[in-house]
Amino acid sequence: MCDTCGCGDTNHVTIRKPIQEHDHHSDPTDQQEHGHTTINLEQDILSENNRLAERNRGYFEAKEWFVINLVSSPGSGKTTLLEQTIPLLQGTLSVGVIEGDQQTMRDAARIEQTGAAVVQINTGTGCHLDAQMVRNAVNELDLQSPSLVFIENVGNLICPALFDLGEAHKVVIISVTEGDDKPYKYPTMFAAADICIINKTDLCPHVDFDLEKCMEAARSVNHHLKFFPLSAKTGEGLEDWLEWLKMPR
Amino acid sequence: MHEMSIAQNIINLAENAAREAQAQSIHCIDIQIGEFAGVMIEALEFALQVAVRHTLAEQAQLSIHIVPGQAVCEDCGLEFPLSQRWALCPHCESMRYTILAGDELKIKSIQVDTLSESEGVQHV
Repeated sequence: MCDTCGCGDTNHVTIRKPIQEHDHHSDPTDQQEHGHTTINLEQDILSENNRLAERNRGYFEAKEWFVINLVSSPGSGKTTLLEQTIPLLQGTLSVGVIEGDQQTMRDAARIEQTGAAVVQINTGTGCHLDAQMVRNAVNELDLQSPSLVFIENVGNLICPALFDLGEAHKVVIISVTEGDDKPYKYPTMFAAADICIINKTDLCPHVDFDLEKCMEAARSVNHHLKFFPLSAKTGEGLEDWLEWLKMPR
Repeated sequence: MHEMSIAQNIINLAENAAREAQAQSIHCIDIQIGEFAGVMIEALEFALQVAVRHTLAEQAQLSIHIVPGQAVCEDCGLEFPLSQRWALCPHCESMRYTILAGDELKIKSIQVDTLSESEGVQHV
């Protein structure tokens, strides 16, 4: 049996660890082996999404849209944060929102109340937004240039980490009720993000949550992270977040 | 369950390459997944079994290689193995390091049966 690809094996999938280099798979040229032709691809599995994301990025730049991808577990307060943020930006920035949820228009209806342009994507059973979905949604967004665009991803701290949407920044939101060890448990998302909002700080006196410990955990996964501890409900800490959004770019 | 999207992407990339080579079927697909790429191998394995149905890869052997993590410390320059994303440099305990390997999501190669070959000889 071929040691690398398992030729002759009856199972579909073989898993091996650690990586074992194998001559006929590492040669850069196509070749015959066991009567089969090997084609070396060396291709990123998500290359199609990455290509579409880069196309989105170019489109956003041309439109002068500053795009932020908000990712978090369900219930961390993404929609509430937007409901509080958007009115405070009125008169300074034109704002659009792309809402991602498996089902319903509920979040889009909430955002509409703020006066921002909003489009809802329902992924059905899908657990994340991808670059193509975002591209389809932006075609429906009627926004001026320049604008600030929030993409509220599907509430899921795992899957959206891998899918570039073409955003300028990936912002991960964690709420204090979720526990200060969350960055250790879901490191891929904290590694993918460059901004971390710690929400619901008004609840800190009532829960076992150590803000410093949480930031330390997140930094150990990604030392480039910039933090905004805030409470979308009381408005505490919102100024720094707003200031960052309004920064000239 | 983003593993389903990943599985579909793998099969699409493999099928495109096979069609370009005018292959009749895909004999094997060689995949590299970093150990902290954010993919659950069992879920990917399951998703691949579903994704291959009615494709050129229906009978393909799917080989998943798990790539161990490796990092280089930005402070002392030590290269060290990294099994999860949150480790400290074993030499200077810095948390500032660059990941060299372990986050791969890659289709490395495929093996195909081409039309001209299968017309002539039956391969085993």
